[in-house]
Formats: sequence, structure tokens, C-alpha cells
Amino acid sequence: MTVEAPTVPDRTRASAPSAPRRNRWARLTRIGLSVLSVLLGVLIWDLVSRNYTAFFLPSPRLTLEGAVELVRDGTLWDSVSASSTRILTGWLLGVLVGVPMGLLMGCIPWLRLMLDPYIQFFRFVPPIAFVTLAIIWLGPGEASKVALIFYTTVFIVALNTLAGVLSVNEIRMRAARALGAGPVRSLVSVVLPSTVPHVVTGARLAMGNSFLTIVSAEIVAAQSGLGSLIWTARNYAKTEWVFVGIIALGLLGYLFDWILRLVTGRTLRRYGVTF
Amino acid sequence: MTVDDTAPVPTRAGPPASRAGAPIRIRDVDISFGEFVAVRGASLDIAAGELVCLLGPSGCGKSTLLNAVAGFVRPAAGEVTCGDEQVTGPDVARGVVFQSAEALFPWLTVRQNVAFGPQMRGVPKAQRDAVVERYLAMVGLAHSAERFPDQLSGGMRQRAQLARVLANDPSVVLMDEPFGALDAQTRLVMQVELDRIWRETGATIVFVTHDIGEAILLGDRIVTMTAGPSAAIKKDYRCDLPRPRDLTDPACAALFRELREDIGAEVARTLRAQGLDDGHDGRPGTGHPGGERTEAR
Ligand SMILES: Nc1ncnc2c1ncn2[C@@H]1O[C@H](COP(=O)(O)OP(=O)(O)OP(=O)(O)O)[C@@H](O)[C@H]1O
Ligand SMILES: [Mg+2]
Repeated sequence: MTVEAPTVPDRTRASAPSAPRRNRWARLTRIGLSVLSVLLGVLIWDLVSRNYTAFFLPSPRLTLEGAVELVRDGTLWDSVSASSTRILTGWLLGVLVGVPMGLLMGCIPWLRLMLDPYIQFFRFVPPIAFVTLAIIWLGPGEASKVALIFYTTVFIVALNTLAGVLSVNEIRMRAARALGAGPVRSLVSVVLPSTVPHVVTGARLAMGNSFLTIVSAEIVAAQSGLGSLIWTARNYAKTEWVFVGIIALGLLGYLFDWILRLVTGRTLRRYGVTF
Repeated sequence: MTVDDTAPVPTRAGPPASRAGAPIRIRDVDISFGEFVAVRGASLDIAAGELVCLLGPSGCGKSTLLNAVAGFVRPAAGEVTCGDEQVTGPDVARGVVFQSAEALFPWLTVRQNVAFGPQMRGVPKAQRDAVVERYLAMVGLAHSAERFPDQLSGGMRQRAQLARVLANDPSVVLMDEPFGALDAQTRLVMQVELDRIWRETGATIVFVTHDIGEAILLGDRIVTMTAGPSAAIKKDYRCDLPRPRDLTDPACAALFRELREDIGAEVARTLRAQGLDDGHDGRPGTGHPGGERTEAR
């Protein structure tokens, strides 16, 4: 941003005196309901699992034992960190490239028109379809996985940024022009800040898609990662490892999204990012 | 859409002292949107430092004409000049106050919003701070400088817009129904404030409104427009009644009736053109001058 902020003023309004207490109650109720729901789910899982073999449907207890086993020998941590590293690298690169791409496409009509056929085409080609090509072109190492995450992220982030640019308030643009902002300064000082909520939405969606992508990629070709863990469990007939892998994926995704919301909600609040 | 239009914006880092207003000439201007001709053959001369109210029925083309003066739309024919220069695009010399407070940048505080123009023009920080402080004080927002636009009332937002425009020291201020969204009481306060600020800055002001009372309270001249499409300037009323004005004053009341008849005739024409009944002949008889608002101060 070109506009400096000497002090960041507190944006929260004073609320009614009784509000904090009511908020705390509402919060406790929300958390309580969530916990209750999870416990209920595990209970049902447990009851259902009694009717089946451990191979077909392992019980929560067996799954927990499997998890302990995988934590002890380090496999779980290795898998989580391998997958996380790939996701974060590809996703970050995708956001860094996707945002300027979307901005440029939004501001330069001929560029948008030129890229449009490709976008319309690749919109329907999921990253999984590129797994084989990625391995042929980039080898079975990290690069192919990161590239697939990058592909899925760049796409979503660029399209969301583009939508943001196209919906920038016309009055705001006119105001900036009349105040002396030329095309480039308008882009930096008005278009970009106006687009922030769209960028954040795109980044969140891309994070979700990155998880979908990484598992498929790791199942096809990887010696490490949660996808690989889930896939190799088959060789040992350890269905509970599959469950451990799935639960780890869900929790990891939830954690990443929570951090993303927390950080953007705190730092980008003035741009209209609210969670 | 965004950043790819018209000419580059010249910058001007002049002294913060108030500059005398610039004259505006609108000559045989046609403005069309595709096939639709919104304004045809509009001509108007505005002297330096004058406050002209542009009055007309809704949809006649007031905003369109104002946007041509601002440089946001290019006339299909004719020309607009401001000072000695022909208008070819937006310029810091012609500040614009929009009807909607969306024109403020919601991610910047009031102070940062007001500093935006001087910053774009490259005014050094110390000088910029002084200018910002001065105009915040002028519009009465010094105490709300660190707030964000969405934490302000409607009236305060319009003050912020005005301060932001004035901080660029424009010779012309174009205002498109700036108080249209405000309640009657706040609007009255703002009208009185504008009257004062106009005299302090000496800028030429073109003030678009469809409120006849507002036009009488503010204008040196009140210019009416014919109903669109192909709207033009209809009539030019000089209004040199003493300020502050009072709508219940007989001279004001007489002007009010005259203007209402003038505008009423245009509204009736529009309605007839739309095939609606023509019971609206625009003659006085319903309501009375200053019905909503009895005093200027
Ligand atoms: N961008 C545009 N594209 C097409 N037609 C437009 C455009 N802008 C305005 N018009 C048309 O031009 C005419 C004049 O519009 P304008 O906004 O100038 O009216 P106005 O006098 O400002 O009305 P109001 O008092 O309601 O603001 C209207 O018929 C409107 O439909
Ligand atoms: Mg208008």
C-alpha cells in the first residue's frame, strides 16, 4: 500500500455493557454443541463398528491404537509434514502468481480476452488429470506435487481476483482519478485494496482444493505424505491406518483454514475481510 | 471498469492557499450512450467563483452533464472548457463530491482519505499534514479523523468527501446531489456549512439537485434542464437574494413557485411521454414553498 498508517486505529465499536457476557454464553453453547456432536458421531461409529470385522470397519478404539502406533514410529508426523510442506509451497506460489495475474487480467481487456479461452478450457480439467503428465515432465519428486497444487491454486486465486477487479466500485475509481491517481496508482491504491476480500476467498477455496489434489497426487506417486499413508495401508491390510490418515487430513485442513481466517481476519479487517 | 481510460492525470502541487475559482464553459454539448442521446445541445457559461445549482427532473441528464464537466464522460459533440483548458479527462483541479459515500475508501481512515489527493500529487508529508488538518477542521471532522468511513454518520461521510476534495485545492467543485441521501435536518446543516465553505475557498461550484428549496438556499444562479432524452438547458435564473436565505421570505417563495412550475412542466412532459396520466400539470396549488423546511437557519 502506498498510504501509510501511522497508528492503526481500533475498528471495533463499543458494544452494550451486557453484550460480552451474552457473547460468552453464545460461544460456550456453540462449542458445547460442536463437542457434543463429535462425541455422538464417535459413539455411533463405535456402535456400528461392532457389527463388522476390523478390516471392514475398524472401531474408534482400534483407530486410536493405530494412530498411537503411527505416531510412535514417526510415520504420522513424517506424512503430515511432507503433505503440509507440499501444500504450503504450492499454495503460496499459486497465491503470489495468481493475484497479479488476476489484477492484470482485470485491468487489461485484451489480456483477459486472450487468456479467456484457456481459462474456459482448463476450468474443466481437474489437477488429478495432470498427475501423470506432472510425473513425466517433472519427475516423481517434490516438484510434480508442488506444481499440481500450484496449478489448482493459481487458477482459483486468479479467477477470484479477476472477479474482484471487475466488481470494483466505479464511483470509487472515478473518485481516485479525480483526486489525481493515474492508472498505475489507481491499481495499487484502489483496485488492489478493493479486491482483498475476493483474494482471501480465493485463497481459502484454493487451500481446500490443494488438499483434494495432494492426496490424489501422493496416492499415484509418492513415498511420503498422507495420501501415500492411506494408500500403503492397503498393503498391510491396516484399515485403521486409512482412518488415521483421513482424520489427520480433516484436522490438518481445518487447522490451516482456521489459521488463515485468524490471520486475515486480524490483519486485513480494514479491507472488509470478516469472519 | 478500472484503470485503462482516457488521458493521464496532470498533477499540481500548488500552494495550499485557496485558489480563485475557474470559469466553466459548456458549448453545444451532446452526450450519448450508444444510440441513446441523453443530452443534446447543452450550453452554459459559469463565471469564476459562482455557485450554480443545476435543477431538473429525475433522469433528465444532470449527472451526465456534470460527469462531462468532471471529465468522466466525453461529449459526442461540443466542448467543455474549464479555465483555459478543454476538459479531456478527470483532473485534480475539478474535484467531485459524489452522492454516494461509497466514493470514500473504506480501508482508509478519514484522515487518510483526505490525505489521498495530496499524496497522489506528491505533496511533501509536512505540508500534506497541514493541509489535511486544515480541511478536516473546516468541515468539522477534526475529532473523527482516525475513524473509518463506516463508523461515520451520513452527514459526516459527505463532509469527509468534501474535505478530501478541498485538500486538492480545486478551482472547481462538482457536487452531484451530495446531500440527497441525508435526512432533512442534517441536509439543512450541510447546506449552511457548504455556503460558508464556498465563501472560504472561493471555488466555482456546480451543485446538482432536484430539490428546489436547496437550489434557492445555495445558488447564485439556478439553471433548469428540460426532461430527457435529448435534454438541454432550459432556463437560467439569477438569484442574488441576500444570504443566509429563508424560504419563507416572499422573494424566495415567489422564486420557489416559479421554479416548481418550470420543473413541474418537465415532469409532466416526461410522464406523458411514458404514457402515464397527465393530471400532473405542474401548476402550483399543492403544498407550499418550504413545505418540508421552513427556514434556512
Ligand atoms: N452509463 C449509461 N448508459 C446508458 N444510459 C445512461 C447511462 N448513464 C445515464 N444514462 C441515461 O441518461 C439519462 C440521464 O441520466 P442521468 O443519470 O444524467 O440523470 P439525472 O438527471 O442525474 O437523474 P437523477 O436525478 O435521478 O440522478 C437517463 O435516461 C439514463 O438512463
Ligand atoms: Mg443523477
